[in-house]
Amino acid sequence: MKIGVLALQGAFREHMTILRRLGADVVEVRLPEDLRDLDGLILPGGESTTIGKLAAAYGLIDSLKRFAQDRPVWGTCAGMILMAGKIDFDQPRLGFMNIAVQRNAFGRQADSFVEDLRICVWKDSERHPFPGVFIRAPKILDSGEGVEVIARLSDGTAVGAQEGKWLATAFHPELTQDMRFHRYFIDIVKN
Amino acid sequence: MMNSETTADARTADDAGKILVKRGLAQMLKGGVIMDVVTPDHAVIAEKAGAVAVMALERVPADIRAHGGVARMSDPGLIREIMQAVSIPVMAKCRIGHFVEAQILEAIGVDYIDESEVLTPADEMYHVNKHNFRIPFVCGCRNLGEALRRIGEGAAMIRTKGEAGTGDVVEAVRHARSVLGEIRMLQNKADEELMSYAKEIGAPYELVKETKALKRLPVVNFAAGGIATPADAALMMQIGVDGVFVGSGIFKSGDPARRAKAIVEATTHYLNPDILARVSENLGEPMVGINVGSLDPKEQLAQRGW
Repeated sequence: MKIGVLALQGAFREHMTILRRLGADVVEVRLPEDLRDLDGLILPGGESTTIGKLAAAYGLIDSLKRFAQDRPVWGTCAGMILMAGKIDFDQPRLGFMNIAVQRNAFGRQADSFVEDLRICVWKDSERHPFPGVFIRAPKILDSGEGVEVIARLSDGTAVGAQEGKWLATAFHPELTQDMRFHRYFIDIVKN
Repeated sequence: MMNSETTADARTADDAGKILVKRGLAQMLKGGVIMDVVTPDHAVIAEKAGAVAVMALERVPADIRAHGGVARMSDPGLIREIMQAVSIPVMAKCRIGHFVEAQILEAIGVDYIDESEVLTPADEMYHVNKHNFRIPFVCGCRNLGEALRRIGEGAAMIRTKGEAGTGDVVEAVRHARSVLGEIRMLQNKADEELMSYAKEIGAPYELVKETKALKRLPVVNFAAGGIATPADAALMMQIGVDGVFVGSGIFKSGDPARRAKAIVEATTHYLNPDILARVSENLGEPMVGINVGSLDPKEQLAQRGW
């Protein structure tokens, strides 16, 4: 199984380290030809405006959209913004997922935080919550048909969603020691 | 966002969480270019070119060098205007040891504070105790000992100093080579040698141990000071830093928007000479450089910091 990580900018190495630890073959994706033979793709956290511009400048917007049509994609933070069908900023993005997202929804860096999350599609997360790391994070304002909200903050804000083979999280599992989200994504890729 | 402050505090009550989100923002900046800007218009140009963050300043280092005198924190009004002009993170500089300037920058709500040798130091003995702040700090270094002292004081990101305002990359290379080379040498040291080594380089023992185990600094490490071309940026990336700061190199050049975009693309595609060749074409005049070798050691900003 070969999983790509979009390596235009951001925390792509953190994702690669965890994927390798879980036994996956991992490839850095910077150009359209890097997408060949991949079974799944992670869009990492970073600066979404930078990643979007670099993707547009190097012909990746269309090839990533095509890739996503038949293969699993997981976006964390900036990656979720790129996947969102609707956002509050005018910036290059992929827009294939049926969610509306607000950028920097909690404020600036001073408002970044960590909160334990219950992931509703996992049966043990009530007893073993997932550490949600939110850094200048976006949130999900609205989701359409076919989308399941899988993670909420204690105040009810939607911060994680799944639409079939597509996964989006406003937080950063790659910054924690907890590999459950990466395992979850690998399971989606396997099926 | 009336109660966002109290909510955020309650959520990240423990120190580990605070350190995670401070260091985490720097991790999100990796592979990117942080650009010095002196007006909201510059900031918009930088954001459009693909900068991951901007450094809000009154003067770029080349002008600070030309003006002489005392260089201080920028006008908070200017920093606020720049924060309103862009959606990407905004950093600002305080003087070394000037913890009140840092308090003011925290009150404004900047995303990162650079305790910078480019400004005139306020304290000749001590740096800011950066653990006291909710806003993360980035600090300059020339070698591993200096990097680990700053991290020990609470820095959540490191940048090698280089020599700001010169457009000469030689010092950036020297400092990155020295930090990364010392980390490589550390791998060959036996554990019983680490206490003496920590003493020798003036670094906290626990951080020396951690650096050996990680095979890298415990925080993100960018290069700064003298990067003026796409090739300079790619050079620093190939040497092994996580991203680059470009100060005077962009807005002191003939075509800032074009050069900024080219440096962003070079930082991503740093391993691809074909792309580097293409983005380096027709960029117009680069900034007029100063050969660092011609500077009096007293004029070298990198000497500041202890």
